[in-house]
Amino acid sequence: MGSGDIFGMPVAHAVASGMNGLRAAGDLVARLEMAKGMRLTEAKRTVADALGVGVDELADPLAMHEVRGELRLGRVFEAETTYPHDPSPQEAKANIRALLGLA
Amino acid sequence: MERRIVTRLGDGSAVALTRSQLREELEEGTRAAATRARVPELRADELEHLLDIFASGARFTAVDIGDEVVLSFDGTGTPQQGSRVDALVQYEQCLAADSCELYHIDYSYKAVKTVVGGEQQAMKEAQERVIIPVHYGAQPDLGRYSCPDGPCGNWSELLPAMHIDEARAAQEEAVELAVEDMVHVAGALFEAGADGLNFDTAGAAGDADLLATLLAVERLRAAYPAMGIMVGMAAEVVLGTHGELEFHGTRLAGLKPEGQCRVAQEAGATIFGPAVNVNTSRSVAWNVARALTFMKPCMDVARIPVHANVGMGVGGVPMNAFSPVDAVSRCSRACVDILKVDGL
Repeated sequence: MGSGDIFGMPVAHAVASGMNGLRAAGDLVARLEMAKGMRLTEAKRTVADALGVGVDELADPLAMHEVRGELRLGRVFEAETTYPHDPSPQEAKANIRALLGLA
Repeated sequence: MERRIVTRLGDGSAVALTRSQLREELEEGTRAAATRARVPELRADELEHLLDIFASGARFTAVDIGDEVVLSFDGTGTPQQGSRVDALVQYEQCLAADSCELYHIDYSYKAVKTVVGGEQQAMKEAQERVIIPVHYGAQPDLGRYSCPDGPCGNWSELLPAMHIDEARAAQEEAVELAVEDMVHVAGALFEAGADGLNFDTAGAAGDADLLATLLAVERLRAAYPAMGIMVGMAAEVVLGTHGELEFHGTRLAGLKPEGQCRVAQEAGATIFGPAVNVNTSRSVAWNVARALTFMKPCMDVARIPVHANVGMGVGGVPMNAFSPVDAVSRCSRACVDILKVDGL
């Protein structure tokens, strides 16, 4: 993306065109692009198949929040909605690697 | 009388233009790039879509639901957030980042080499606390190898004095040193857990800078087959500060985004980031049309994901550290809608 203040750059781009990261499945698609050099369409399809959801749901925070919880892939939390029994980052990433077939 | 619409100049300042004037800006922007890069202008339907984006009075604009793309970062975090790793956690938990980047404030592989042990420790901590991909980023920064900062002759002084052979020899010596530093640092960070490496502003010091990056990427790909490697460019045209350097038979001087993408993926990169610099005295509409025209041909040759650079001063985004979101969101959407990029 590029440099700039937080509101003007990452927030603006995330709202305008981002995949919502851990709020949805953006990090999973990002992993396939980065690790395997997979183009976006194929990466979205691969993640959707692995999660058992439609491609259109990948950036939907409500749909993905539930799926991530069920598959123990890690998720965001907030003050009144906590998940003390969710996996640690290391455990979540091991689950993600297994799910996506990453080294 | 036509209604005037608030838009931006390339420095971020507000300016009011009519729809007709915005159309002229877009047409002139695509023409300027097509002439400079010898590539096709944007199609009429693409210009019409851009006009709708820029002629809107809305404070913010966005892609259609379902058209979202991956966001990768060069430099994640700012001092107000606390420690560098705290910042990464906040990007993950609060800012919906699809990935993030650990970086040193002296954003240069040469500088990082001296503190690489500390950077490895920070990466280890980051990997223990963050779920989204964490890559490490810095710049090839070839100029650092010229005196007085480095051991090589200063080609910026030698070239104006017409010492061409000495200038070329100095750059070739610098390439060798830079490759070793980048391979050393990148390998160390990958072994500490980094999900990938970012070579940011490749080619900033010209064709030798890009060659050093490509040679480093090639060696890293051979040594670490699973390493994610992003090559982000510095500009729309690679300057020929050496002029005769080639990568696998391709002359690097003068390469535009299409050619830059070809050599990056040939070297072994997994993500390519084209960059087109902003003209601060022209409108954002002009700059976006120009940037998209420059970048569009690389979408046809890319076998790897293309993440357009749309940070401060590139890709049409105003050259201002505190860019207005009306301009940033228009650039963001324009790249996705017109180029069909894999990410930003």
